[in-house]
Amino acid sequence: MSMTDPLLSVEDIVVDFQTRAGKARVLDHVSLEVESGEILGIVGESGCGKSMTALSIMGLVPDPPGRVTSGSIRLDGVELVGMDHERLRRIRGKDIGMIFQEPMSSLNPVFTVGEQIAESVRLHENASPRAAMDRAIAMLRAVEIPEAELRARAYPHQLSGGMRQRVMIAIALACRPRVLIADEPTTALDTTVQAQIFDLLQDLQSDMGTAIILITHDMGAIAELADTVAVMYAGRVVEKGTVETVLSSPQHPYTQGLITCVPHLEPDPPAERSELMEIPGVVPALTDLGRGCAFAPRCRATIDRCGVEKPALLPSEDAHLTACWVAQGGAQR
Amino acid sequence: MSLWRTIATRIGYGVLLLLAVLVLNFTLISVAPGDIADSIAGDMGGADAEVMDEIRARYGLDQPFFVQLWRYMSGVFTLDLGYSYFFNTPVTELVLERLPATLLLVFSSQIIAIALGTLLGVMAAKNPTGIVNVVVSFLALFGFAAPVFWTGILLIIAFVSVFPIFPVGGMQDVTVEGGFFIKALDVLYHLILPMITLSSIYLALYSRLARASMQEVLGADYVRTARAKGVPERSVLYKHALKNALGPVITVAGLQFASVISGAVVVETVFSWPGLGTLALQSILARDTPTIMGILFYSSLVVIAFNILTDIVLRLVDPRIKAG
Repeated sequence: MSMTDPLLSVEDIVVDFQTRAGKARVLDHVSLEVESGEILGIVGESGCGKSMTALSIMGLVPDPPGRVTSGSIRLDGVELVGMDHERLRRIRGKDIGMIFQEPMSSLNPVFTVGEQIAESVRLHENASPRAAMDRAIAMLRAVEIPEAELRARAYPHQLSGGMRQRVMIAIALACRPRVLIADEPTTALDTTVQAQIFDLLQDLQSDMGTAIILITHDMGAIAELADTVAVMYAGRVVEKGTVETVLSSPQHPYTQGLITCVPHLEPDPPAERSELMEIPGVVPALTDLGRGCAFAPRCRATIDRCGVEKPALLPSEDAHLTACWVAQGGAQR
Repeated sequence: MSLWRTIATRIGYGVLLLLAVLVLNFTLISVAPGDIADSIAGDMGGADAEVMDEIRARYGLDQPFFVQLWRYMSGVFTLDLGYSYFFNTPVTELVLERLPATLLLVFSSQIIAIALGTLLGVMAAKNPTGIVNVVVSFLALFGFAAPVFWTGILLIIAFVSVFPIFPVGGMQDVTVEGGFFIKALDVLYHLILPMITLSSIYLALYSRLARASMQEVLGADYVRTARAKGVPERSVLYKHALKNALGPVITVAGLQFASVISGAVVVETVFSWPGLGTLALQSILARDTPTIMGILFYSSLVVIAFNILTDIVLRLVDPRIKAG
């Protein structure tokens, strides 16, 4: 327990979705924290709750069918869960910015990109249209878009995917938010463009001191960019700690699986190729999770306890947290 | 710059289309049995073949088809659409005198239908379990099922006979005296029932269209982006979402315009609104070919002009639409 609150802390957040197949616990007691100037990576397969964590921080969990059942999200000690809509709206885009996965469809096709950046400046800083547009052009320069004045008058369909994602970043950072959530910001982009976007994020972060929550399934990006990492599976955080400890000595079999899944390019490949690892099976449906560990059906090293009781997130040897009975020392109670 | 080119191209196509419409109308009417001579002879209580030929010669109906067509077409270029036998007035004068009344009815009912329909559609899409959604579904059912003349007659029964609030028909009360403003108010007062009648079908159409279109747009990623930027919900709906959802409504409004004019013919007849519709009915009954042709000409002119206008509005609303 630290003396001061972290910049953003998510504590035991639970999100339930009412679906036709029954109630689905999309987030199950997720806790995360991020400090100013820090990059927190969240990794996991599709459907493990990464994006929902982001939406719950933004207060944008689709309701209905979703609902934040319990838990607490505090920004600088101010509780966001249950905050009235108007106050929350003033925080969105101003204190917390967000970049989405699909730059192709995340920009409004009928407004110029300059207008879309300027809008949040007008909304949150009571800026005049002229001043807001000047800021928009400055932001376009900051995200390294050439001929910013000209591009500000362009519509999204006139820009490439990489350009559009830069525009999204410009929108998210226009009001200099304290927290930036980047939800798979490079998934839809070419590999070369991915590297550019990551570089850009890193530069902007060191300039502005923004805390970044980077959601991705790219372990490489986590290794390169993040300070701390949280691994999610089936709506729960299964492993959490600094990037060094988690990547060098992953405790949870799921994290181990994710790390060994990353293919390596070798300059001088051995004649006998090592097989690319995979984690067998798929993420279970959230409507019929049993009593035990959700990863147990896909796990290589289960013990009896895994099938009957959910493991808690507890410190392992090198002080990072793991939710795994085996890693925590087996069957003793 | 390219917007002006689009307009010029559209006007060019419009003129070609208008010419085609003229030729087609002329051909259709020449092929139809019966002409003015029959009608005049009927009024005179019968005439022998010699008199009939004389009447035909006077109106140029004895000439070969292509000569008649050429004469008519060259007249059209000088806006001379011939002379109405039945009304004893040049056709252009006759039609232009009636056109404003029809345009007033058509435009006011379309504006009401588009504005109100879109508003209802947005409200219904925003809250799929709310009462507005039920209202839209009911309106759609009623609007599609009820013929306009029947809606008109129901309104007359309700608001003229049972609750005498509105005038039974016509466009002005000759006994009303006063300046332009008083007269305008009087026209507006007469306009209300026919306008409601004519807009009922289109209100149904546009509200359902706007609802479907908004429902789709509200699930779009850029709407989520707007919310993530902290855009107020009202602005999310009416600025970010609606501007994207308007396309289908505008497109259909443009396509429907021809059908609105034919709907106006029926409504005008029910409410004795002195527009093109009543004129059309009278001239058809009198086999007054030049007047019918004139009405068709001006109607197509209005429809084509409105379609050009639709294209321009669509381009202004959605920058992705290119000139073509």
